[in-house]
Amino acid sequence: MTEFNYKTCTGCSLICEDILFPDAGSGSVSQARNLCRKGQAHYQALFSERTGPLVEGSEVSLDQAIERAAEILRNASAPVIYGWSNCTLEAQEVGLALAAKIGAFVDDPSSYCEGQLMERILSGKIPSCTLDDVRNFADTSIFWGSDPSSTQPRHLSRFSYFPRGEKRQKSYEEERTCIVVDVRESPTARLCPNTTYRVLPGEDLQFLEAILAVLEGKIPKFGDKKKMIELGSIIKKTEYGVIFPGPLMLVSLQDQMDRFEELLRRLNEITTFKVVPMTGQYNSRGYSQLLFDRTGRVKGVKFTASGEAAEAPSLVEAVKGADAILVLGSDPLLDLPLGLARSFAAAPIIAIDPRRSLTADVARVVIPSAISGLETGGTALRTDGVRVTFEPSMKTNQLADEQILTRIMEAI
Amino acid sequence: MVSAMEIYMLLPKTNCKKCGLPTCMAFAVGLLGREKKLEECTPLFEEKKYEAKLAKLKEIVAPLESASETGLVIHPEKCFGCGNCVIACPVNVAAEPTRVGAGLGPEGDRVILRVEDGVVVANNLQECKRFGPNKILCNACTATCPSKAIEFV
Repeated sequence: MTEFNYKTCTGCSLICEDILFPDAGSGSVSQARNLCRKGQAHYQALFSERTGPLVEGSEVSLDQAIERAAEILRNASAPVIYGWSNCTLEAQEVGLALAAKIGAFVDDPSSYCEGQLMERILSGKIPSCTLDDVRNFADTSIFWGSDPSSTQPRHLSRFSYFPRGEKRQKSYEEERTCIVVDVRESPTARLCPNTTYRVLPGEDLQFLEAILAVLEGKIPKFGDKKKMIELGSIIKKTEYGVIFPGPLMLVSLQDQMDRFEELLRRLNEITTFKVVPMTGQYNSRGYSQLLFDRTGRVKGVKFTASGEAAEAPSLVEAVKGADAILVLGSDPLLDLPLGLARSFAAAPIIAIDPRRSLTADVARVVIPSAISGLETGGTALRTDGVRVTFEPSMKTNQLADEQILTRIMEAI
Repeated sequence: MVSAMEIYMLLPKTNCKKCGLPTCMAFAVGLLGREKKLEECTPLFEEKKYEAKLAKLKEIVAPLESASETGLVIHPEKCFGCGNCVIACPVNVAAEPTRVGAGLGPEGDRVILRVEDGVVVANNLQECKRFGPNKILCNACTATCPSKAIEFV
């Protein structure tokens, strides 16, 4: 039996560890096996539009760029560190130490997406499980406002619907049920047209109340009554159910997450039901976990001058009052709403970015880094909280995020 | 994908038996199964009145030529590389039960479907349940495709 040299892909939060490169020795990434289209694009990013060290748009040496970044941060009275989710746990740890040292406000993209849910999962208010448990035991997967076919292409095939597991030998053909709750006919919904529920934006709470009503034996006031009662009977027959809440549902429920908690409590009275979050970037969960362990919060945190974590203003206020923003492993100008992106662009940005991006284009200082996960090894938490340690897939002479952050910290 | 009825509508519909089959409908099915060639329908080429129909026929039959021996057509531009078909294919699971059966990507060369460079590719078609005269009309791979990137003719 030949030994296979598996590589890890950090293109999405599933962190697939079964990638094979037939001619990896020559440094080529062609004919990559088991890599989905998203992962393929992630690997192709190695070769296009890499950044060089820049200060105010002119090329400088790496040392000068780091020196200038340290100078900006040293003189800043209200610095912000934003991004985090595309870095290894090691880089995040150094970054948080830096934030505590300079008294920065820290935030990541999850605070306007799955933050509310993540806080409840990490504090144990909502029961969760690993994706391996999903594969081995789950017989009902509910994709509520999420579309794994587009966001985490291998979610269905690796864990939630198609594979055979310990207790689920007959898998999708007989034992597993896939339910999709979405605003449109997503690619995932096409796989189970009979158990797709259409919910318009903002109607998720009514849908949730309808499920609760059906479980009580009442007639639901929302949607197709017959289909809702069918959903109720699927839930009652379930032995081990999992809900995968996506951004659509989380944004729509926002402040009514208590009702979602109530639904989970009610479901767990009938049978076992768990929740597995669907994070976007590969180490979003890792950052939330790290910040939660350190400060007890998962959303924006402001470190005081003495390094204590304090109640923070919202990201909008923090960015408006910022006199230096360190962006790390993210592209806020691309991701955030226009108004907030404008506030970002108005502040002096230091971007640690391996590739050209909108943020790197407007940044005062650009520090090139190795692509985290491909050119640097490290540790990350998968979307379900499983710790994955990986080796770099490619060789590079660029510095890793944590090395850059350590050098900035030393310079300060 | 084109159906036998669509092909039949463009044939002469005279049941002349010159192709060796009893009816034009049988010829349409044969054409779809790639057992017959369009050239075997001689009236279509000899008689002038069928010219427009012939041109249309050539157009709709063209994609059939790109299909593999088992009739599998892959549209790489639609494929996500999700690997649902790889995991669902019964032959793949039999080839690597501990990997493909448990949702991991295959590592050997005995599988039929495999994701390569982010797109599904087919190998070892002689292992497919649809191969040969005694084929079983298995559709595990096409039924599990979220983007209809693979289909059978």
